[in-house]
Amino acid sequence: MTVTTIDSAARPSLVGHRKVADTGFRWVALGCGLLVLVILALIAIFTTNQAWPAFTHTSARFFTSTTWNPGHTKVVNGQQVADPQLGIWKFVYGTLISSLIALVLAVPVSLGIALFLTELAPPRLRTPVVYLIDILASVPSVVYGLWGVLFLVVPLSHFYKNVSDAFHSVPVLDSLLKGQEGKSFFTAGIIVALMVVPIITSLTREVFATVPRAQKEAALALGSTRWEMMRTSILGYGRSGVVGAVMLGLGRAMGETIAVALVIGSFPRITLNLFKGGDAMASVIANQFGEAQGLQRAALIGLGVVLFVITIVVNMVARGFVSRSERAAGAAR
Amino acid sequence: MPVSSAHRPRLVALSAVAALGLLVTACGSSSKSSNNTTATTGGGAGTTTATTAPAKLGAATLNGSGSTFQAAFDQDVIQQFTQANSAVNITYGGGGSGKGLTDLAGKLVDFAGTDAPIGAADLPKYGGADAILYFPTVAAPITLSYNLPGVSKLTLSAASIAKIFTGKITTWNDPALAADNPGVTLPSTKITPVHRSDSSGTTFNFSTYLTKADPTDWTLGAAKTINWPGGGTGSGNAGVATSVKQTAGAVGYIDFSDAKASGLSFASVTNSAGTAVAPTLDGASAAVAGATVKADLTYDPTNASGATAYPITAPTWIVIYKQQSDHAKGTALKAFLNFILTTGQTSIAKQDDFAPLSSDLLQKAKSQLDQIVVS
Repeated sequence: MTVTTIDSAARPSLVGHRKVADTGFRWVALGCGLLVLVILALIAIFTTNQAWPAFTHTSARFFTSTTWNPGHTKVVNGQQVADPQLGIWKFVYGTLISSLIALVLAVPVSLGIALFLTELAPPRLRTPVVYLIDILASVPSVVYGLWGVLFLVVPLSHFYKNVSDAFHSVPVLDSLLKGQEGKSFFTAGIIVALMVVPIITSLTREVFATVPRAQKEAALALGSTRWEMMRTSILGYGRSGVVGAVMLGLGRAMGETIAVALVIGSFPRITLNLFKGGDAMASVIANQFGEAQGLQRAALIGLGVVLFVITIVVNMVARGFVSRSERAAGAAR
Repeated sequence: MPVSSAHRPRLVALSAVAALGLLVTACGSSSKSSNNTTATTGGGAGTTTATTAPAKLGAATLNGSGSTFQAAFDQDVIQQFTQANSAVNITYGGGGSGKGLTDLAGKLVDFAGTDAPIGAADLPKYGGADAILYFPTVAAPITLSYNLPGVSKLTLSAASIAKIFTGKITTWNDPALAADNPGVTLPSTKITPVHRSDSSGTTFNFSTYLTKADPTDWTLGAAKTINWPGGGTGSGNAGVATSVKQTAGAVGYIDFSDAKASGLSFASVTNSAGTAVAPTLDGASAAVAGATVKADLTYDPTNASGATAYPITAPTWIVIYKQQSDHAKGTALKAFLNFILTTGQTSIAKQDDFAPLSSDLLQKAKSQLDQIVVS
């Protein structure tokens, strides 16, 4: 049998072309990667620059003060002078509380769905359920907000009143479950939970799918029930992955803007009463930016910078957890 | 895998077609955008008699942004003006007074719509007070819409409004409200005052009115964002209307056109002359007529004097730079403002639920047009 070799000298154009295409593609890919970093850096620099007047006006009180009153005036030499009070702590609190409520509501549900899909569901049911969860993820945020405002707020206010009265005399829970405002931290938490469930579900599902069969069978062989097997092998094994998924959900929850703005009550407040109205960072920016000028505008941009930093930190920690879990899964094979 | 020479002509042809397609859509969309803004109301006058534009205007593109309060009026005016002057394209982006003024300071737009004059601290950004011109366009009443089944007629005094919104009056059968409404039985329902969750010129005008009419009871100042002590919220005028509708016993301050659209009942407000006036366009015009107009044509019609004046009237302006460096744009802008001050006042304002300016102020605005310097 004769073997025909293609001599590189016979087709010189092809080899040169391949080299150019390869190098070209490498540079394009590198450029794209760098572009992302450059954009992130530009966002950080530009927003901090625009926010700087607010930082210099209020210095540390920006982060510690709880008074947000941009229309505040004081009398200087007999004249009313603008003296905006720009403390953001109430908004940071509102974002943290509503995100925490969202996680408390979403995580058990998501873990349940993920366990159901990987362990308990018959194969025919898996695809439709995954499809439905993805539909939940594709509903626009503003539609959740509008649905909340138009249909949830009034019935929830009645519900809160009943719960509040029921827990009236219980020592710790009575201050948590007090209030009866339809637009409140808890309503915002519910809406955000709906938006966060698909993310946590799909991530944890993938984490659970990587659990080695041997682990699960070993647990069953040792006599554990189905639930004990899931608790020890799957949840135990994929623990860091689950934590990572939850933190990614937290990152999403903290950034939700319009849906939260519509149902949180827009009343800056620090309180443990979950059924009372509050305000959150992204919501106040959305609400007040259009009409803001001068120092208030700078302060709102500063609020955006703070939100940006917090979200990046949360996402970085989350990615760390998820990759740790993936490495562990790879090593175990 | 490298592209073989057999496929290369096909690839070249495909990319050429794609590039051509992009070019065609780009040209197509730019010609579409020259057809002016989307009209929001269908209620504008069908045909307008030609404006007294002496010569056909040359091609120009004008961009504006700012107050959403005047947006409905602006869209109608733009549609009719560009129909008569097809070479001119005008867009009004809305986005809030703050955005409009910031855009004007950065020279990103040719005109800005605003519900409140520029603050003294920000004037240097525009080159000083002499570098800009305020053109008042229209005004409209801010209603106090309420949700109280069984009560069809309600009157509120400034003191009652201030006390309701600061939380001092908590039920409808309070003696102060009974004094405002002799002969009407008010129920004992709890009052829920509803305010704006977003910053707004409507809040600014409402709070300015209360600061002037009742400074003893109203201590929260006059600003676009107020530190409210409590009450319900709504996002935008429509959001406040929804909140009021959802809560029995609620009362909120809503723009006239949005309040009409929501079907809520409005309260009459006692003005500075002591008369209870309903929120109507005539009441707003009377308030504009009764206001003191400054030299730069800014004025404050809240709590205006006059027996028929509606005390919570909101003004609005279009702000431009006095020096227009682009000849075509400057000429078009001047003609556009002239259109607003002529046909806009007579045919368009009332149909969009806005009150036209009083004749005195209108005359001053028209003569201010001569101050625009077009190079």
